[in-house]
Amino acid sequence: MEKKEAKVVVNHLTKKFGDLLVLDDLNFEVQEGEFLCIVGPTGCGKTTFLNSLTRLYEPTAGDILVNGIPVNPKTQNISYIFQEYSSFPWLTVEQNVRFGLEIKKTPKAEADANVEEMLDIVGLTKFRNYYPSQLSISMLQRVAIARAFATKPELLLMDEPYGQLDIDLRFKLEDELIKLWKKTGTTVLFITHNIEEAVYLSEKIMVLTNKPTSVKTVLDNNLPRPRDVTSPEFVELRNKVTDLIKWW
Amino acid sequence: MKNKQTAKMSKFLIISVLSVCAGILAWWIVTDVLELFRSNVLPSPVKVMQTFMKKWVETKPDGATLLQHLFASLKVALGGYLIGAAIGIPLGIFMAWNDKIDMLVRPVFDLVRTIPGVAWTSVMVTLVGIGYMSKALVIFISAMVAMVINSYSGIKQTKTVHLWVGQTFGASNWELLTKVAIPSALPMIFTGLDVALGSAWTTLVAAELLASTRGLGFMIQQARGIFRLDIVIVGMVVIAITGAILSTIIRKIGNKIVKGGRLG
Ligand SMILES: Nc1ncnc2c1ncn2[C@@H]1O[C@H](COP(=O)(O)OP(=O)(O)OP(=O)(O)O)[C@@H](O)[C@H]1O
Ligand SMILES: [Mg+2]
Repeated sequence: MEKKEAKVVVNHLTKKFGDLLVLDDLNFEVQEGEFLCIVGPTGCGKTTFLNSLTRLYEPTAGDILVNGIPVNPKTQNISYIFQEYSSFPWLTVEQNVRFGLEIKKTPKAEADANVEEMLDIVGLTKFRNYYPSQLSISMLQRVAIARAFATKPELLLMDEPYGQLDIDLRFKLEDELIKLWKKTGTTVLFITHNIEEAVYLSEKIMVLTNKPTSVKTVLDNNLPRPRDVTSPEFVELRNKVTDLIKWW
Repeated sequence: MKNKQTAKMSKFLIISVLSVCAGILAWWIVTDVLELFRSNVLPSPVKVMQTFMKKWVETKPDGATLLQHLFASLKVALGGYLIGAAIGIPLGIFMAWNDKIDMLVRPVFDLVRTIPGVAWTSVMVTLVGIGYMSKALVIFISAMVAMVINSYSGIKQTKTVHLWVGQTFGASNWELLTKVAIPSALPMIFTGLDVALGSAWTTLVAAELLASTRGLGFMIQQARGIFRLDIVIVGMVVIAITGAILSTIIRKIGNKIVKGGRLG
């Protein structure tokens, strides 16, 4: 059997803020095209982990490799959906979605097509000329999602992106995410505190410990898609993850 | 929502107009009607209006018509203001963006900003003599200080997460500045332009009182010397109205250029 190439390799990743040890020697790999969900207690350092992975924070120790070389957002096509609202208030919805494409100097025709596609998927085509101050919270989050997808990233990082959305929209965007992931073959790291969401989306679930944080365990999730949240297998895996979390 | 706002605005406008009218009426009553004040202490509104009309053509007693004074003042104020903005905005932006520039410029800047604009007048007069240059330089300094402070804090207030979005998409330092920090600072930069205009205009009048041969401040100074309080009041009113017009123009331009409101 052919082994998939490791997309992300994390070696001995340690992050301290002064004396506060947040990430304590994290080690793991993510395979090309994999969908990894990361769950862990509040304040354990999930955001710190993604910020270190994108070099927004300098790790205290350890390496992070993407495609076998130290991660570098300037040369590697990464998108990061932040936990807090991050759409630019001075740009319209459409200009926000186009932002990453402009930074990456994507040719106009391709950029136009990507923007249209993403506006359509998140249902904001009619609101393309609105400014963020005119949008609801859930629409703002859709802008951030569309902006992240528009660049067709090879590595997509999402930090509790659907936490603030109402349940219908969450289900819809979860399915859209799976569609996009299948279509583009993107590697996804998805942080959530919602265990059902993790079981619904992931191929693997990484459970983190309390601070100082290390990897508690990584579970495989081979449930067939489309997944049925009421099936016995689904419930079993959900309960298993819940139990693991109870132990911290 | 828009309608409610316009309704509120027009209500506000009506009340403002009414209060101004009431003020003028009271002024008229204490002067022309009750004759509580002599006209060289407090001239009546009618007298001021007559002087205002006359001053368009008459050069007495200060050697120039109202329009000539106004243009002299505008030339100085706008000259100093525009150069102050042209230097102050980039200076504030680069001080906020680059620590080395900040360290280099800040000590000097912190000294300069504590000195009131008018205090430069005598220095400038000694350096370049009475005339356009000395006044324009005084205006330049006070406008520049306001511009630097506002552009600086505008850039410093850029949200970290906005810079991070740029950074994770691979933006260069220059792109982060031009595509994230400066657009996010634009509202503050326009606040700076408005504040700087106010300080330029007030500093100008003060500077003209001390060192001038023409201009609204000079006109007031001359009239005061010969107890022509009517001309003094005309000068004050023209200064106020011109200031308000200039400020409105700046805000209109600001509203055109600053998009999306101030909310995130
Ligand atoms: N820039 C920083 N400076 C100092 N301490 C920080 C910084 N960022 C995070 N921390 C600390 O690191 C710890 C982990 O924070 P982080 O935001 O990564 O947790 P999280 O798992 O994302 O939490 P949540 O579930 O609330 O999103 C917290 O104790 C926090 O106070
Ligand atoms: Mg977090």
